[in-house]
Parts: sequence; structure tokens; C-alpha cells
Amino acid sequence: MSQIFHRSMNTYSRLSIFGGVFLLGATLWLADTVYRSSYFTGVGVPRQQSVPFSHKHHVDGLGIDCRYCHASVEESHFAGIPPTETCMTCHSQIWADSPMLEPVRASYRDNRPLQWNRVHDLPDYAYFNHSAHVKNGIGCTTCHGMVDQMPLMWNANPMHMEWCLNCHRNPEKYVRPRDQIFNVDWRPPPDQIEQGRRLVEEYQIETFVYCSTCHH
Amino acid sequence: MSSLRDARKPKGPDAPPAKDLRGARYWRSLEEWADTPEFRRFVEREFPENASQWADPVGRRRFLKLMGASLAMAGVGACTVQPPERIIPYVKQPEEIVPGKPLYYATAMPQWGIGQGLLVESHMGRPTKIEGNPDHPASLGASNHFSQASILGLYDPDRSDVIRRAGRIDTWDNFLAELASALEVEAGRGGRGLRLLTGTITSPSLAAQIEELLTLYPGSKHHQWEPLNRDNVLEGAKLVFGRPVETRYRFDRAKVIVSLDSDFLAWGPASVRHARDFAGARRSEDGEMSRLYVVEPTPSLTGGVADHRLALESHRVEAVARRLAANLGIEGGAASVESAEQWIAGAVADLQRHRGDSLVVAGDGQPPIVHALAHAINHRLGNVGSTVEYTRPLGARPVNQTESLGSLVDDMRSGGVDLLVILDGNPVYDAPVDFDFAAALQSVKLRIHLSQSEDETSQGCHWHIPGAHFLESWGDVRAFDGTVSIIQPLIRPLYGGRSSHELLGALLGRPGLTAEQAVRDHWAAQMGPDSEKQWRKSVHDGVVAGTAFPPLTPQLDEAALRAEAGSTTSPSGMEVLFRGDPCVADGRYANNGWLQELPKPLTKLTWDNAALISPAMARELSLENGDVVRLSHGERGVEAPIWVLPGQAARSVTVHLGSGHRRAGRVAEGVGFDAYPLRESDKLWNAAGIQIEKTGQRRFLACTQNHHLIETGLASQQAHDRHLVRETEIEEYRSNPEVIHEMGHEFPEEMTLYPPHEYPGHAWGMVIDLGACTGCNACVVACQSENNIPVVGKQMVEMGREMHWIRIDRYFEGDLDDPRYVHQPMICQHCENAPCEVVCPVAATSHSAEGLNEMTYNRCVGTRYCSNNCPYKVRRFNFLLYQDWDTPSLKLMRNPDVTVRSRGVMEKCTFCVQRINAARIVARNEDRKIEDGEIVTACEAACPSQAITFGDINDSASRVARLKADKLNYGILNELNTRPRTTYLARLKNSNPELADG
Repeated sequence: MSQIFHRSMNTYSRLSIFGGVFLLGATLWLADTVYRSSYFTGVGVPRQQSVPFSHKHHVDGLGIDCRYCHASVEESHFAGIPPTETCMTCHSQIWADSPMLEPVRASYRDNRPLQWNRVHDLPDYAYFNHSAHVKNGIGCTTCHGMVDQMPLMWNANPMHMEWCLNCHRNPEKYVRPRDQIFNVDWRPPPDQIEQGRRLVEEYQIETFVYCSTCHH
Repeated sequence: MSSLRDARKPKGPDAPPAKDLRGARYWRSLEEWADTPEFRRFVEREFPENASQWADPVGRRRFLKLMGASLAMAGVGACTVQPPERIIPYVKQPEEIVPGKPLYYATAMPQWGIGQGLLVESHMGRPTKIEGNPDHPASLGASNHFSQASILGLYDPDRSDVIRRAGRIDTWDNFLAELASALEVEAGRGGRGLRLLTGTITSPSLAAQIEELLTLYPGSKHHQWEPLNRDNVLEGAKLVFGRPVETRYRFDRAKVIVSLDSDFLAWGPASVRHARDFAGARRSEDGEMSRLYVVEPTPSLTGGVADHRLALESHRVEAVARRLAANLGIEGGAASVESAEQWIAGAVADLQRHRGDSLVVAGDGQPPIVHALAHAINHRLGNVGSTVEYTRPLGARPVNQTESLGSLVDDMRSGGVDLLVILDGNPVYDAPVDFDFAAALQSVKLRIHLSQSEDETSQGCHWHIPGAHFLESWGDVRAFDGTVSIIQPLIRPLYGGRSSHELLGALLGRPGLTAEQAVRDHWAAQMGPDSEKQWRKSVHDGVVAGTAFPPLTPQLDEAALRAEAGSTTSPSGMEVLFRGDPCVADGRYANNGWLQELPKPLTKLTWDNAALISPAMARELSLENGDVVRLSHGERGVEAPIWVLPGQAARSVTVHLGSGHRRAGRVAEGVGFDAYPLRESDKLWNAAGIQIEKTGQRRFLACTQNHHLIETGLASQQAHDRHLVRETEIEEYRSNPEVIHEMGHEFPEEMTLYPPHEYPGHAWGMVIDLGACTGCNACVVACQSENNIPVVGKQMVEMGREMHWIRIDRYFEGDLDDPRYVHQPMICQHCENAPCEVVCPVAATSHSAEGLNEMTYNRCVGTRYCSNNCPYKVRRFNFLLYQDWDTPSLKLMRNPDVTVRSRGVMEKCTFCVQRINAARIVARNEDRKIEDGEIVTACEAACPSQAITFGDINDSASRVARLKADKLNYGILNELNTRPRTTYLARLKNSNPELADG
């Protein structure tokens, strides 16, 4: 019986097998790259807002404490976005005529809330609690980055589960003294791991890495 | 598929078009799914196992196509960028609101006009969850399924949202104008043509307004009607006391209880409190356990926990009562009662041994004479003052409601009524059929109906005014002991509803009067100089201090019983019993999907009612489940499917009222059959001489009793073999405390291939007391509300796809014609060696460091291996998108702390892990340990009889650890070495040794 396929088919078949493997690898690599890109994570991409509120100006320039606006960060899962009234405590006096602040004044005048675009947006099936982290020595800038250097807010970190677990598994790498939580100028000391281990012990930080810690 | 498509069609020609525009996808997401291409595309892209296709006999080819498409796109669905979200802060933030933290407000729910105290959880102004108010006498922290489900009633998208005149949208101002001109006519003639029809009124402020109206229009009349009224209770009291009095029972003090067809654990204004008191008296470890005798025609929750239950036709209960009375020395003359003599002798002997701490209670459905006899027996036994107390009636204006409605109908028919105002209630649907209320109504010149949804009565009225839900408006209400609660609203009326106070304000010529003003003004006058402080305290606490009625000591006239002596006739033939539906009551909750889908405690039927008959009658008439029969009584008749219920009295047929609505909303319409057309005013509770004819038709009933059985085969048989349910006599237990453990066999801990788990911190566990559980369903609805569990619809239930995380297994025990009942709540057992965990290919179900068997929805890919491997069959799979993701009002209702699951995801009990996490964070933030009792699961909180205990089993001082050490504690299917974290306390029986075989 004569052969059905020509000998050259061997080459083709080898090519297509290796090509297929390569193609599969390339697709996976591409998917992963896209998934980690700032297109997906929003890392480093300033989010436009109806009022161009600058953390850089208010935090770095004026030295306002985080909790002046994010008032519920120590007691609730939600850090809180300030009511218009909080803005107006100053802006009824300072920059009271600035056209940039007209939406704020309009909100106060008409009793219609301001709308902000959420920057740090976890999926709805992940439950994060600010108060628990702040209590356990995780500072604002650890997750939110150098807020005092952001004219408009952006994501400093990808907020992937891998990133969460990085700290949940090794809290000593990131934990800081409780009196430094809201200090935007705090930087990890050279002996962070050592200091961190001491704090983890002192604050009795448990490493919760089981699913229902965040997913319920 | 075609059958599913048809299911969304039968709307009826008179369904209002506005409803259709709002989207037909409320409860049965499936039907919409079948019809919208968008949804189909969504499915094709993301979910490989298109489970709905199984329902379609010709869908194999299409299924394979979908499979191919799904495989190609597998995982791509997860790559969508999250839709942008907005944060909308307050303009001026209220002081007490911390964004993200719930607040709890005390309020009360009127159930048949009588108050059930509640604490309502509110997230950023949205009420989301009902709990009982620990300070309220009728609640003591617990609640029932009606109050749990009322949160869905609030957000129900079918509630009426516009004022209508003759079906057309109209305005409040036009209404006021027409009302004013009608009132002007009435003012000219003393209000002779003005009538007000309400339910039972216990609200002091509303009663004051009604008094004012009756003074202003001296010729007007106030009528009251509840289809499940308590006329017999008040008439019975009148018979022997000469005046209507209310009876308050103390089941916590009673050692012997005889129930004459009274379902006191499930029905009535104090049922939640009764369940608590009764369970307490059954639990007393060292003291004497109480003993319960029940005689009843149809199985009830109370009958289910009885030590000696006697199934007897309703009209023969009177004979039993007479015989009991006679044997206790009360004149009244009583012949012996066939087949009940032994039961009576046992009860009498026990009652005589327990003078002063026994109790006889008669049911609402029994005639006044039975109530009168119960009073006489309690008097004779010296129970008054200890287990029985009398107070004035709860209703502000107590009347015989049947007579009250009858006189209104007479007046209407004679043309004497020109202006009729109906506050709540649905008399066109639920009035006795011989009154022919609908026809009489047509002769009233101006008819006004206030109700939360446009129902049958709204259709028969000129004006329909949308009513406010109790969570939307101020009010006040009395509890079973007279204690007043201020009803505090948690949200502004969602659909522009008005309260009864407002409408009465309009009738009184004060159209701007708000409910808040009416209630506050009333209480300001009552509370005196310190009223502001008292008001604030009362609103905060949920009870107005010192408003409970003081006990009365009415004089009993035994001679009255003699006068009634000869009036018994024993009708022959079959009787039909009219009872409130265990889930939708008299029909007022018929549009509530949670309650419709709730398996009825004894039949496990959902989405339907049926005519319940005994196995003996079924044999005699060769009927089987689902056979449609015609029940007729004289001229009148209804067609009803049959359900055979062991334990039913041989010649009694039970029909549940409240189904078969012609107009009440998308959920209620077309569900079940309407039994009211058989109910006459002189036979409200039972009618003798009923005819049953087989029609030859059949109706499929969605019953869950064979779903999720542990092992195959007959449930009761398996229960016996594997000792899933364990019970014993208290005497036996006292002589051999190991008797429960000897029933099963335990595995030594080291017998496992897997390394043991270590729990250095907490180890959560649960104990369920079978002796306390009555099977009332409060936990099932509480769980549904807390955990955002969807409603799936009748067809899905038929396929076994109901989603309830708690299933209450109801076991029969003993003889087919006279069985006992045991209820066993089954939830995820959180096994130490969980069979589900090891088979999950994606680790979506895993073991937490605190011993929880976690279910991580976002990891789950829907292989269903876990469910396959679960011997307890407690896992539920979202075969389709059962959650309603579109109806705006339902989004407000959901618990924000629990993920709203999509299709293709497995789910099950989590031990309310969101509550565990919340308590942990609060404790940690306050630098302390979680205290025992700080974490209360939703089911535990709701349970009226405190059958469920949750806590840390690592803490040896915790309640749950102590219960686990109890000799009654056992785990089920221990022989599989699953080592469940949820264990059960065996049920103890306290049978009378003199009635050995009874």
C-alpha cells in the first residue's frame, strides 16, 4: 500500500505542533501582560473628576490629616468620602469665588451631592475593611501610594489578589508603628523586616490567608 | 423550553400595562432568560454548562453548540474591565451615620393588628434585615417568618405606586376634593351614610382618631373584619365571664398542657413568645419537663411537638372538651368519645396531679363553648393567676367581626351606605362567601380603598390609595399583653404610600395631618409633662414602659355552661377545615416570593395550596397526590388538588386560605386555588357535610419533601436506620444517659488519611436542639434575607433547584394514620473531614483556620463535584441566574456584606461568616476577645424557641461547648467520619407512662 502522506508532511506536523505550543504560550503571555497592564489595573492613570481635587495640594501643601476628610477610616470598612459640608468649612472662606469650585458650591447650595469617580475599586465579592488594617499597623501610603504627590488620584497598586496576599502572608514587610499610620512621609527603615517582626508580635497580627477573610 | 416560555404568558387581560413595562423579570429570571437575546449571548460567552438546557428535551444539538462556544471563550468573560463606579457622599452628613456601618432601629410589625417588636438593620438609610427586639414581650429577640419576610414586602416592585380613580391615575388633591364634597353631604345628616371598615385596631392613636370620627359623624359606623379573626376567643369568654376578656397563657409555668385544637406555637399574637416559653419548660434539666396533650383535626406545629397527639375531627373536639370538663367535676353532661377515652383519661389524671400548674388552651377555630369549657377547667384546676391570666381585650374596639362585617353588608345592600372607607384588608377576596361582599359593595356611592397593592377590593372601589408599609410610616400597636410599641419608619415611602392615620386625618378635615403628627400628638397628651423624654425613650426602646394591661379577675359563671349543654349535634359525613396558610396566612402575604417558595412546615409544598386528606380517606376514595377534586357544599364548590397528609383526622379535609388571587401582583396571581368561595359566615373554620368528587384532572404540586434526601429510599426508614433523628423518653434518658450515643457509632479521631487541622484560635460550631425545634421556618427566611438567597419559582422547585440554605427535614414516625413528627433543620455541617473540600478541582471550597468550610464564589467554576460528594446534600447550585439584577427596588434590599451570586456557582451555609468577620474586627479594634454570644447567626437570632446555638467550641465556657458536652449531643452520619461541626441535641419525649402505647 502506498503512503498517503508525502515525507514533507513530517516537517509540517512538527512545525504545527511546536508552533501550536508556541502560539498557546504566546497567547497566555499576552493575556497575562494585558491583565497586569495599567489598562486593566489603572495603576498610574489619573482618574478625571468633576472637581479636580488635588491631594498634592491639600496633603503636601496644607498638611491636612487624612482623617479630616476620610473620617470613618478607623471605625468602618469604608474610609468615607467627605460630605460637601466638609469642603465648605474652608471653601466658604478660601477660594470662595474660584470657578473651579463652582460644582462644590452648587452642591451645597442646591443640596445635591457631588459625584466622584471611584479610583480604588475592588470587585464586589471582595470585602476589605479599612479599620482592621489601620488598627493593625498598615499605613495609608502602603496601599494608596504617595498620595501627597498626586494632583489627581490614581491607583498606586494593582489591587490584584496576589498583591493583597503578598502582605497577608508577610505582614512584617509592610507593617509600621501605629503612630505613623497617617504619616505620608514615613518610609520603611533599613531594618524593616526586623522592626516589622517585632511589631507583628507586639500588635498580635494574625496572618489570615483563608478565603472567607475577604470573600463572603 | 416552550413550557417555560408559556409560563410567563398567563398574565390575564386585566393586568395593568404599567407593570409589564417595569420588566417581567422579578422572581422567575428563567423566563426572561429564555426570551431575551442579550441574556443568551451573555450565557454563551461565560458559562459552559448551560444547565437550563437539561429542561429542554430537544436541546441537545444546541447544547453542544453552546458547549463549543463556551469552551472557546472559557475564561475570557473574566477579562472585562470593571465598570466604573461612583461614590456619592452626603451634602451634610447626619451625625449618627458612619458610612459602611449599619444602624439598628426599634419598631414593631402589626400582624393581624397586634404588635411584634422588631429591631431593623439599616445600611445607609436602607432597611435590609429584620431581627426581634429583645425588650419586646412578644419577641424577646426572636421573630417569625412573617416578620422576616416583611422586608421583601417593603421593596416588592408590585406594590401600588399611584392613586387611581376607577383604574385611571389621579391625584391626592382630586381625591381630597371628592372626599370633601361627599363628607359635606354626610355632615348634613350626621354621617348616616358613612362607614369605616378596618382590620383589628389595637393602635391607641388610630383608635382615638376613629373615636373622633364617630363623634364628628354620630350616625357613622366603624366595622372590623379579619378573615382569621378571634371571634370565638372573645365569644367564649363572654359566655362564662359575661364580658370579652383576653387570656394570657404562661407556658413557662405549665407542667401539663392540653391543647384543644390550638396551634399556639405557630398562630396568634403571642406565638413567638409561646414558643420561647414552651421550649424553656421542655428543657428544664433537673426540674420537671412539661407534658403536652394535643387533640386536633389537622397536623400543626404544636401537634408535632406533642407527647400525646390525638387526631380527631374538628366537631368532635367539643365532645372531648366536655368529657374533660365532666371528668374534672364540671357539670355539662358528656357522653364518652369513641377512640379518645384513653387519651382523655390520661390527660385528666395528669391535670388532676398538676392543679395550679397545668393549662388548657382552646384554638381560634373551635366554637365559643370549647373556649368556655377551657376557662372553666382552668378555673376548676386553680390555674388562674399562675398559668392563665386575664386582661381586657387587645382590640381598642372589640367586636364580633363576623357580625360587624355582616351588618355592614346588610347596610350596603339596603342602600344605606354612601361613603365607605376601607383601610387595608381585602374583603372582596376574603369576606365570607354568603355575604357576597363584592356585589353589595357596588351599591355604595363612593368607595375608597387604602392598600399596599392593587388587589381585588381596589378593583371594586372608586378610589385606590397606595398604602404605606409599616417600615415607611409612623404608628403604634399593642402586643399580646397590651404593651404599646411605637412603630418607627426606617425609610420614606418608596411608592408614595399613605398611612391609615393620614387618610383618617383627611376624613377628619385635616388633610395635611402626617402620621408622625397624629401619633406624637396622641402620646404627648398621654405622657404628660415629661412627654418628650418619654417619647424618645419609647421610640428608642421599641416599647412604651408601663402600658401592659394589668391582670383582671373576672367571675366565672359555670351555670352558663349548663345552658349550652344540649347544643351539640354530631354532624356526619366529611368536614372541611378552613385554616390560614402557614406561609401566606390569609392571603395578605401572597405576593411575597420568599413566603410562596417557603416549604410549608408539614406538607413541604411550595407555590401551591392543596386539600389535605388523611391516608385513610385517600384509600377510600382512591385519590392520590395531585388529583384534582371538587369540594362542594350545597351550591358552592371549589376545585383543589389533593395532598395526602399522614396525621390528618380521617374525615377532615383541610384547605388553606390565601391562595388563588385574581389580582394581587405577579407572584400571587395564579398560584394555588382560592378556598374562600367555600367559606360561609356561620362556618368560618369548619363546615360539615362536604362532598368530594374526583374531576379526573391532575395538577403538579411543587413539593420539596423528596428533594435532597440523605441517602435514597423512604426518609423515615433511613432516619430510623442511620439514626439521623434521635429521640428518647426522658425516663429512659435519666436511667441511661448514654442511650443517645449508643444509637450510633463514633469514629476514633485518628482514622483519616488527611493530616488533622489545628485550631489555635477560634473553632466555630453549632448545636441544634431537636427538642426545641418546632419546624416553624423562621430560620429559613431569616437566612434567605441575611444571605441574599434568590427565589427560583415553581418550575425550578419542581426540578429540585430551590436555593434555601436551610432545609428543614420533616420526619414522620410510627403509624401511617397517626404518626409523630420530628423536624430537623439541615444546613452545611462544616465537617472537620469535609468530603466536598477534597474533590474541588479549583479549591473553591476550603477549610478555614477556624474550621469553617468556606465557599468562595469567585473561584467556583461549577463542576458540582462538591455537591456530588456531600452526604448531607446541603449544597445549592445556581443553575441559572436566579438573582434579579435589574429591579432597582430589590437592589436596595440586599445585604451589602454578602456577595450576590451569579449563575454557575455553588453556595451553601457559611455560618454567617460576614457576621463572624464583623465581630472579629470590632473586637480587635477594641482590643478585646470576641465574647460568647457576640456572634449570632441569622437563624439563631430568629429562632423563637432558641433551638440554635452558635459559638466557639475552643472556649470551654461557651454555651455551644457546654451543649456539645451534653449527653444528648450527637453528630449525624458520624459513621462516615466527616466529624461535623454542626451537631444535634436529641429530642426528649415525656410520655405519660399510663398511656404506654399512645
